[in-house]
Amino acid sequence: MVPTHYYLILSAVLFGLGAVAFVFKRNIITIFMSIELMLNAVNLAFVAFSQAFGKVEGQVFVLFVIVVAAAEAAVGLGIIILIQRNRQSLNIEKVNLLKL
Amino acid sequence: MISFLQQNAFWIITIVKIALLLFIVLTVNAYLTWFERKVVAHIQSRWGPHRVGPHGLLQPAADGLKFLFKEDPTPAGVDQFVYYLAPFLALTLSLTALAVIPFGPDPLPFKILGEQVYLWIVKSDIGLLVLFAITALSVYGIALAGWASNSKYSLLGGLRSSAQMISYELALTMSVVGVLLMANTFSLQGIIEAQNNAKWGFGALGWNVIAWTKNGLLFPQVIGFICFFTSAIAETNRAPFDLPEAESELVAGFHTEYASFKFAMFFIAEYTAMITVSCLATILFFGGWLSPFPPTSFWTFTHYIPSITLIPFGLWVIYDGIRYETIFGKLILPAVGFAMFAIGAVLLAGVRIAPLHTVNEFIQPVFWFTAKILVFLFFYVWARGTLPRLRYDQLMNVGWKLLLPVSIANVILTAGIILWRSHS
Amino acid sequence: MAESLVSPALLTFFVLAGLAVLGAGSLVLQKHPIHSALSLIVVMVSLAGLYLLMGAEFVAMVQIIVYGGAIMVLFIFVIMLLNAGEEEHTDFSQLAKFAGLPLAFALTASLAALVFKPDAGVPAATQAFIPKATEQISSMLFKEFVYPFELTSFLILVAIMGALVLAQREKK
Repeated sequence: MVPTHYYLILSAVLFGLGAVAFVFKRNIITIFMSIELMLNAVNLAFVAFSQAFGKVEGQVFVLFVIVVAAAEAAVGLGIIILIQRNRQSLNIEKVNLLKL
Repeated sequence: MISFLQQNAFWIITIVKIALLLFIVLTVNAYLTWFERKVVAHIQSRWGPHRVGPHGLLQPAADGLKFLFKEDPTPAGVDQFVYYLAPFLALTLSLTALAVIPFGPDPLPFKILGEQVYLWIVKSDIGLLVLFAITALSVYGIALAGWASNSKYSLLGGLRSSAQMISYELALTMSVVGVLLMANTFSLQGIIEAQNNAKWGFGALGWNVIAWTKNGLLFPQVIGFICFFTSAIAETNRAPFDLPEAESELVAGFHTEYASFKFAMFFIAEYTAMITVSCLATILFFGGWLSPFPPTSFWTFTHYIPSITLIPFGLWVIYDGIRYETIFGKLILPAVGFAMFAIGAVLLAGVRIAPLHTVNEFIQPVFWFTAKILVFLFFYVWARGTLPRLRYDQLMNVGWKLLLPVSIANVILTAGIILWRSHS
Repeated sequence: MAESLVSPALLTFFVLAGLAVLGAGSLVLQKHPIHSALSLIVVMVSLAGLYLLMGAEFVAMVQIIVYGGAIMVLFIFVIMLLNAGEEEHTDFSQLAKFAGLPLAFALTASLAALVFKPDAGVPAATQAFIPKATEQISSMLFKEFVYPFELTSFLILVAIMGALVLAQREKK
């Protein structure tokens, strides 16, 4: 059986990689995908804990996280389409009208 | 050596089963193309392939050789990785779906390497969900193929195909929920077992399509079956829902820029998906491997139905072969006919000879399963030959505005009736 | 055959975990958004494999069907429709590159170190799988968590309406 902290370290590594992609990438869609990667890392931690404690509440919460991520992806991609339509570019440095 | 085999018996048997299943499925695919061409041709009052080999039976082999030797051009400006990934993905996913399909209930009557060998590769508690997961992933093969081809026709065809597939996935999944409510399990073996309690033991009545069980009439899943089969035809991009790959519309849709072997991979993926969906339709709605006749002693003559069909068919093939035009046909067809006759006779001899009796009993569920799959494959081909194509907006309207509400209504009705029955 | 040091479960874990990390790394390093999307699909499928390894079969299949089969398809559609090209090279502050990456490693390492402490509060798992997890999930979804479950349906409805409104063409 695989010890639980192996899963948690994998979750931390994936979260870190998602954070790196979030900070360093310039394409809006790729930034959005890194958010999904971070959510997945958190899901992995939830399921690992659910197995460790022997209760299924962790897995139920994972289902809710997946549903919320789906709703967020739908609305977020709608916003991204609007940004592309208004700014003709998917570069996040061009979306800086609120910058001082 | 023997001890190594015996310790890893599970892995070795699984690998051999996978290889055998792939071989059988690819052969069935090839002859399914022959079957389709022949049936569509006869519907259209023409002959279909009848030159290559007797009755055109070697046409699939000729097609396979053609695919292997044809020139394989790669268009300029394609994204190399995605272009090569798409057909590979489509084929792999289609073939993976066959791993969870059970072909019979009992293991082989003898033990191999000390292990019982069952007629499935994976017995899973969530077999049905695995099939839905693979259906969901197979959208990628088409979407990526359309995009990677660097061509307007392909991109539009790919987008239309994948939009159609994800729309009909919803109706597909909802139409199965009625069956799940009646079977209480996701495992395919469990769903078949739940259909085993027919009224008066008369097998066909217990199937989910009629659902007349010993406990009373549950909700017959007729609407569910019609929604499922229609969504499945749309899901596999077959006629009458094949606008994205119709030749007069978008050249060839998402597989325009794919030639020879890569096109063959898409082709095999589509036909394997047809076979998988037919297997699923029989398992979910028509009792899988269950015989339509009761298991009582009066009806044991139905155990010889395989022989009763094979023996006259073999004799007819021999008769047809003797009078065939070409010499090759005069040799091959009687041989094939004789083989069929021999198999039928051997199974019939199980009346008297004990080991052949176990073989006959073992063949029974597999025969019924195969027969039902062939009926559904014939429906697929029949629909292709008969029905006109739906226009794309009509297609999307049917998917969202007709099938989805009807399948949700089916779920609500089934749940209501099951709840009412459990209360009364 | 002698008992090997690495049990099949551990070997499967390392294969799937390696695949997940490779996919995530590829997401960071690829230039074209479609390659990043494909790498994210690889991550999701390998995570589904890990869920299966932990015995959470229903969650694994839901992950593939919903995340891998619906959300990522949406991403790929948007990338195709918006014709997102490769990333152009723009100026980057050197501080971000030289201080940011080490800080990211430091964040990950500190999270990992927290977990490795012996009294981290994570009990050793008593059993490999939770038996009948699917039944327990379904009974929990409809008994204790029925209120959040129905609320998610409203959430999805709101998201659909929002996406429809956002993606409308302007009325001339």
